[in-house]
Amino acid sequence: MIKQKKASNLKDLNVIRKMISNHKKYDFMFAGLGTIVIASLTITLLVLFLDLVIDGYPKFNLDFLSNFPSRRAARAGILSAWVGSSLVLLVTFFVAVPLGVASGIYLEEYAKKNWFSDLIEINVSNLAGVPSIIYGLLALGLFVYSFGLGQSILTAGLTLALLMLPIVIVSTREAIRAIPVHIREAAYAVGATKWQVCHNHVIQYAYGGILTGIIIGMARAIGETAPVITIGALTFIAFLPPSPIGLEPPFINFDWLDAGFSVLPIQMFNWISRPQHAFHVNAAATGAIIIILTLLMNGLAIKLRYNIRKKIKW
Amino acid sequence: MGSENNLIISSRLAKNYKRNLIERMIEFGLLCSGIVAIFITLAIIYVLVSEAIPFFQHVSMKDFLTDTVWTPNYSIKHYGILPLISGTLTTTGIALIVAVPLGTITAIYLSEFASHKVREIIKPILELLVGVPTVVFGYFALMLVTPMLQKIYPDLTTFNMLGPGIVMGIMIVPYIASVAEDSMRAVPMAIREGAYAMGATRFQTAIKVVTPAAISGIVAAYILAISRAVGETMIVAIAAGQQPNFTFNPVESAATITSYIVSVALGDLEHGGIGYQSIFAAGLTLLIMTLLINILGHMVRKKYAERY
Repeated sequence: MIKQKKASNLKDLNVIRKMISNHKKYDFMFAGLGTIVIASLTITLLVLFLDLVIDGYPKFNLDFLSNFPSRRAARAGILSAWVGSSLVLLVTFFVAVPLGVASGIYLEEYAKKNWFSDLIEINVSNLAGVPSIIYGLLALGLFVYSFGLGQSILTAGLTLALLMLPIVIVSTREAIRAIPVHIREAAYAVGATKWQVCHNHVIQYAYGGILTGIIIGMARAIGETAPVITIGALTFIAFLPPSPIGLEPPFINFDWLDAGFSVLPIQMFNWISRPQHAFHVNAAATGAIIIILTLLMNGLAIKLRYNIRKKIKW
Repeated sequence: MGSENNLIISSRLAKNYKRNLIERMIEFGLLCSGIVAIFITLAIIYVLVSEAIPFFQHVSMKDFLTDTVWTPNYSIKHYGILPLISGTLTTTGIALIVAVPLGTITAIYLSEFASHKVREIIKPILELLVGVPTVVFGYFALMLVTPMLQKIYPDLTTFNMLGPGIVMGIMIVPYIASVAEDSMRAVPMAIREGAYAMGATRFQTAIKVVTPAAISGIVAAYILAISRAVGETMIVAIAAGQQPNFTFNPVESAATITSYIVSVALGDLEHGGIGYQSIFAAGLTLLIMTLLINILGHMVRKKYAERY
């Protein structure tokens, strides 16, 4: 009788052990699957990068940076494109950053919790989800034709600023929200006004987080193509806009805002669309430059955020 | 003595007045920046609607929604949005077939299986993948993925929806992974510990306990992915061909709503012409589609939201 029970116990134990080891197999299998998926994503990113670098390698020289686009692929370069990109981003920066930071501060520090601040909030999160090409259509209807700004650097800069705005607002708000209330209370206690609290404390401590958002937004603006095409900027540009800095007084002029332009991703798109292989080499080289810029900027932003998270202990 | 005190007080009051004035001005300035977001939304709606109205005076709503031919550049003009929608839905569908499994597996792995160290390495890589410009992905689709697919399936044309769809899928994996992972990490540890205490394995806990608890966030991630894919422009404009084609066959070339807008913008735009107006009608359709998707996402999140 006892013997029998022992045997059945042993049998049960074996069944249970078998069941556990069976289920454990799934653990291993899923861990393996996850590793494979993540490895393949990483490899994709690497392949993407190496493919561009290898294809574009013949064009990695200074001539490529100092030549205008040309009908002959061998002589074509990206001078007008990188100058255009820099100027457009300059406009974008000076529009999106003050607006975005100010509206982030307003929403976090000033706005009372009511239907109006809810409305702004809903709008910001909606704008982040609007496809970029819609901003292109907005710019085409509003900036190009209604405001009569034409297909200029100013138009492109404003368009990209609209795209970048939600990113800056959201990152500003997140950075501000991380600051504990007692910092503000301490400042108020010694008689600071609201703006003094914001300016001397809140912005100072949120600085890193805001900067992270700005860098990510700028990185996106560099690679953004569709809205800039939509405003009608795909043209053959073999000249530079007037220089923003002059040798004679008043030293700074704003004629360049009205100039026609090209930007790096549009130049790349233009070359991809050509049937000849030689142009594809140019496209790859341009793509490599764009991707290096965006990866560097995003990498910097990630590093920055990591440092902030490590350094600040409230 | 008294008059001296009065002087101090009045100078303080003047200072206070100045201080308050500056405060008010700054608050007003900040408020104005906050309102910009509302203005942008209103401007988008205004521009799209006001340019689309003349288009709909020319083309009836019934033709627009039911005609299966979109040929604004031919002599016999047809303006049926269906071919553009079929292209959009097909590429989005392919992208989702790629991105949903990959993104979900990545999210579950990162949240439930990976060690802290692995997560600290993988998450930045995913963020870098998000940062890759779409024009580069388009090059990738046309020059690398489509030729590779042609080796498996030799009849594939240079421009097709399969290649760009797959690349778009790879592009949206990080979106799904990061949103879904966030919602899985928000599931309280006590729930997992409960499952472990009952003898569940890691896999059982992840699939049967954590995933259902985080389902609202996971579905929200899918919906975010759909709206990204629907609005994606450059990949399809480069690699799918720009020929409107009423088909759901992924090996054929087609145009999406977005790539049609790009192809018109590439040509000479006659301001106020029907071609010019048609891109606003297409844009309005796109906006309404993404809006509906976003509302759906909001509803799903509300319905399945778990309260801990």
